[in-house]
Amino acid sequence: MGRAFRWLIPHPLLTLLLTVVWILLQNQLSAGMLVFGIILGILIPWGTSIWWPDTPKGFRAGRMVFYSVIVIWDIIIANIQVAWIVLTVPNAKLKPAWIVVPLELRQPEAITLLAGTITLTPGTVSADLSDDGHELLVHVLHTDDPDAVRDEIKTRYERRLKEIFS
Amino acid sequence: MTLEVLGIYATAIFLLIGSVFVIVGVIGLLKFSDPMTRLHAPTKVGTLGIGMLLLASITHSFATGGSSIHELLIMAFLFVTAPISANFIAKANIHRGVCAPLPDLPDDGTWSTLTPVENERAPREEATEGGRA
Repeated sequence: MGRAFRWLIPHPLLTLLLTVVWILLQNQLSAGMLVFGIILGILIPWGTSIWWPDTPKGFRAGRMVFYSVIVIWDIIIANIQVAWIVLTVPNAKLKPAWIVVPLELRQPEAITLLAGTITLTPGTVSADLSDDGHELLVHVLHTDDPDAVRDEIKTRYERRLKEIFS
Repeated sequence: MTLEVLGIYATAIFLLIGSVFVIVGVIGLLKFSDPMTRLHAPTKVGTLGIGMLLLASITHSFATGGSSIHELLIMAFLFVTAPISANFIAKANIHRGVCAPLPDLPDDGTWSTLTPVENERAPREEATEGGRA
């Protein structure tokens, strides 16, 4: 039974996500649409499984929801901060900086999530990865203390992502 | 009646907030002088600006008796794609050399964007193997 389930639905979260996306695309909820969404959610991961060779082990969806809430809150705060910097800090006083964030995360999925989070939050853009994948290059718009920004990224986001992908 | 009016007011407020953030993003794009700092304004202020406009669209549809939530999908796709386009623009800036010089790595590796092309094939295969293991 377990093997049949895994053969039919190799990526349960992807199936759920595709079903929800289909229902949202239809913009209405009816039984027929739900069934068709579930069929798509099973067929698409099955047909594209060659590009998903392994599922991340020990992914914790509950903590991921909590993490998303924190990130959305940070995005709102970040927007206000960046808007304030744009409107009040003159170009000559702007202090942009490169910072190097040493990564403890190793899974490609986790590093992608971290890089995306950094780009969406306070005045930082993730620009590049070192060739061995152990450091992330981040550009900061305006900071007096680059080390503090690096420590905040590590404690606020990377620590939580390590718990999600443990 | 009152709920409908409240919905319309909420729509107007969301539209106003969204427009303010979009215009701040445009000001940032025009004001900053360096390509890397110019990248910051649209990527961040844009997401909340567009998000607020889409929220206005949702509240408007509910206030006028409809129900439309597929704007949530637009938001989700924006949040997924914005970091990727920002990353590509940053990489283009690094290649063109229009930004401040990159910091050195603690060990003697290089940044993957600057990896010489002739060495690219071998290390990349090795790196993906190592990343998967």
